[in-house]
Amino acid sequence: MFKKIIKFLLFIGLLTFGTVFINAAGVIKIGAIVASTGPASFIGSPELKTLKLYVKKINNKGGVLGKKIQLIYYDTGANPRKAVSFAKRLIFEDKVVAIIGPSTTGETMAIIPFVQRAKIPLVSMGGGISIIKPVKKYVFKIVATDRMACKKLMGYMKKEGITKIAMISGSGGFGKSMRKQCKEVAPNYGIKILADETYGKKDTDMTSQLIKIKNTKGIQAVLNPGFGQGPAIVTKNYRQLKIPYPLFESHGVASKKYIEIAGKAANGVILVSPPVVVANKLSNANPLKKVCMDYTKEYKNAYHSDIASFGGHAYDSLYAIVDAIKKEHSINPQKIRDGLESLKNFVGIDGVVNMSKTNHLGLDTKTGLVLLRIKNGDWSIIK
Amino acid sequence: MNELFSLLLSGITVGFIYALVGMGFTVIYNSSGIINFSQGEFVMAGGMSAVFLLKTGMPFGLVFILSIAITALLGILLWKLIDISKEKSIISMIILTLGYSIFLRGLAAVIFDKELHTLPSFVGNGSFEIFGAVLTYQSLLIMVVSIIIVISLHLFFSKTKTGKAMVATSDNVNSAKLMGINIKRILMLNFALSAMIAAIGGILLAPITSTNYEIGIMLGLKGFSAAVIGGLSQPFGAVVGGLVLGILESLVAGYISSEYKDAVAFIALLGILFFMPGGIFSNLKAKRV
Amino acid sequence: MKNIKLKNIKDLIILSAILVIIPFLLKNGFYYEIVILCILNAIICIGLNLLIGYAGQISLGHGGLAALGAYITVILTTNYAFPALLSLFISVVFMAIFAYVISKPILKLQGHYLAMATLGVGIIIYITLNAQANITGGPDGMGVGLFSVFGYAIDTNLKWYIFSAVFLILLIAIFKNIINSPFGRIMRGIRDSSQAVSSVGADVAKYKSYVFVISVIVAVVASSMYAFFSGFISPGEASFNRSIELVVMVVFGGIGRIYGALIGAVFLTVLPQMLTSFEDYETLVYGAIIIFVMIFMPKGIISLFDRFNKAIHANS
Repeated sequence: MFKKIIKFLLFIGLLTFGTVFINAAGVIKIGAIVASTGPASFIGSPELKTLKLYVKKINNKGGVLGKKIQLIYYDTGANPRKAVSFAKRLIFEDKVVAIIGPSTTGETMAIIPFVQRAKIPLVSMGGGISIIKPVKKYVFKIVATDRMACKKLMGYMKKEGITKIAMISGSGGFGKSMRKQCKEVAPNYGIKILADETYGKKDTDMTSQLIKIKNTKGIQAVLNPGFGQGPAIVTKNYRQLKIPYPLFESHGVASKKYIEIAGKAANGVILVSPPVVVANKLSNANPLKKVCMDYTKEYKNAYHSDIASFGGHAYDSLYAIVDAIKKEHSINPQKIRDGLESLKNFVGIDGVVNMSKTNHLGLDTKTGLVLLRIKNGDWSIIK
Repeated sequence: MNELFSLLLSGITVGFIYALVGMGFTVIYNSSGIINFSQGEFVMAGGMSAVFLLKTGMPFGLVFILSIAITALLGILLWKLIDISKEKSIISMIILTLGYSIFLRGLAAVIFDKELHTLPSFVGNGSFEIFGAVLTYQSLLIMVVSIIIVISLHLFFSKTKTGKAMVATSDNVNSAKLMGINIKRILMLNFALSAMIAAIGGILLAPITSTNYEIGIMLGLKGFSAAVIGGLSQPFGAVVGGLVLGILESLVAGYISSEYKDAVAFIALLGILFFMPGGIFSNLKAKRV
Repeated sequence: MKNIKLKNIKDLIILSAILVIIPFLLKNGFYYEIVILCILNAIICIGLNLLIGYAGQISLGHGGLAALGAYITVILTTNYAFPALLSLFISVVFMAIFAYVISKPILKLQGHYLAMATLGVGIIIYITLNAQANITGGPDGMGVGLFSVFGYAIDTNLKWYIFSAVFLILLIAIFKNIINSPFGRIMRGIRDSSQAVSSVGADVAKYKSYVFVISVIVAVVASSMYAFFSGFISPGEASFNRSIELVVMVVFGGIGRIYGALIGAVFLTVLPQMLTSFEDYETLVYGAIIIFVMIFMPKGIISLFDRFNKAIHANS
């Protein structure tokens, strides 16, 4: 009995670790760390699906530099400890030349010391500004930062003459980080935050917090940083309480799912969003239109579901690396890093990317984000 | 004053949800002495099954019945797993039910998906206004259904043969055996019943909050707190416990701090365990050493 | 006398030998990561096992308690530039007092109620760590500085491995002594019947508190070590999932057996790595494995080794 179990364990062990030994000479190993299960699966799952879809597409067209890409991916469930283990596994055991991900800021911050030490380029899919500010030599991301989202929203508020707002934020990493950024940025737009409430990620009712906000005098608008079910419930409660001010949401709700769950309550909500969500409504002059439309169509064909904007981050990360490889004509990690740093006019789904030694984000608020208003259950672009 | 009333109302609404989850804990605990850590997942299973069955175009009545039936089966499966366990110590049962909750989550992720889903509100999106506070039709429905469930359970336990057998079994297993009651069957029915209550809760909850494979975790823990606050050995203590918990959470979030709203359930739990382990009502004390 | 002594440390000698050989088998940084994680988890589990297996208490909040201690260590070192060892010491003292104080009311409870109370404590800690972002860095966690002992920096994998392995051996040696001492006998007495124990005049509550405190101290040290090793800490370490993970490790391995805790920790640290090939089915399989073991091997995996041993000795 005992011997059988040992044999079984060895077998399973070989199965999993054995993939390492399949070392095809003409293969480019790219690693990916995604949170495709757990509290961020909302984000990580579309990211992983996008990666699989486009790695296949690239390989079908002959790969890069004549070599096929081997995508080695691990799911962390948004657990930073697992992210560290998998980062080490990708770097030391699987020996990848670049890593895409992780999906969240917390996990990214956890693995940064290791990729820096191992000198492997990392293209993160997390939203926090701390990932690329201060700049780290091997760390990049092509995801609009929460700070950019704040600026875009508050710029609009200022234009509309809104100077006093209330905030209600999710207490997860995304909500907390964006709340901090918005509070920092608000004075630059002459905006005062009169009420500052929070809610737990799994809360089923935000009425108490909203009642407090409703009773705060002088408020002209409410801003809700967060993602997942939280904002949908906030939105529903908001309408139930008949709060008369405009409700602003973050890019965390930039998906049809939000509209589906919040229902009619979502109408009238203003949000900031990556442009891909409204690909078909972008003007033809917009450089992002083609890549966004293609992505929307291909994803839908492959998975029979609408895109989630997060998938776009994965697309950009993958193609940025591919671009770097082609430009540098090498799969050496150091060269890939150099190639990423010198990315110019790279048309990604999240915007036109221009990296430099001091800018490992490369996006700007003008092309990278749009303002949307929800009308009749659909998006409409605010010019 | 309006604000206080609004907070109370929203607290009561959430409280009924906690009550439904908590009732399931109580039923299983009273019959088997086991704390079922996968109770939250039964709530999830009810809601998720309903979402996916509805997508196939089935009429809602059928969806409702099937979802409850599926969840009841999951409850019976758990009963069976416990039944065949070689050892039924407290700690191995805690871990078994924890393992089952992980299993159900994994199962839901694979059979359904990992997205958020919602059910359409059964009674429309309208609401009343009472003293300046808002009460949605769906919330009212939850309250009404919960009360109906409580009354039905009461009648079931006191008037029907099976129900009385269940009560007898939890009071004294040996006497029940002597009376010819089939203990195993009663136990199985208890698990099924508990799962069904949870499933109803899940289906009622989905239009308000949305459902997804992960909602079981926090709901289970809070429902559990509700059950303990009301008193695990009191069949309907969970209802009172749930309401108390919901109201407390709401008041704390409204008047003190919303950051610590989640902590309320566990601080209340600790408070009850330290000072009144048998729950608000009970004269029975928890086993103290 | 000499024979008994040698027999008592036979297992330690074998374990030491294994620990010495292991580094030669570790191919790269990833393997080091897993092995060191196994050892640190094992350390926490051995402490927790003292509480669960020997003293018969349950704790579903050890993740929270361990993480709180680790955070204190990390915050003092990183934000206030305290020397690492001093921070660790302060944290241990604080957590020992904290554990002692909360143990008084909590350990009066039994069975499920005790489990629930510890659960509540763990989750409250988790929520607090998340909420107090200005001190703890919030949900995204915080970076951790280097660990050095009297100026000597422990910064390579090998150094960490040696440090942890030595710690492990010492811990097991100490615990074996505790278990076989009068204190240990009272502990096991409490597990089997606290009434019998109090009838001989021992203050049951006091002993339970001591065991609780010991298990917390051990967990805090190991947790702090992991924070330094990985250079990062996040509130996830205090989560309910982490607390469950620790208890499952102890029970899986075999309650009441030091080596049970060790085996359980190793098995459940390695398991997620082996399950990656299951992808979407990973959670499902993980849950199924837990269920399977609890149904058919409630005494833990170590019971398999017992049968193996018996089989061998039956033939001799």
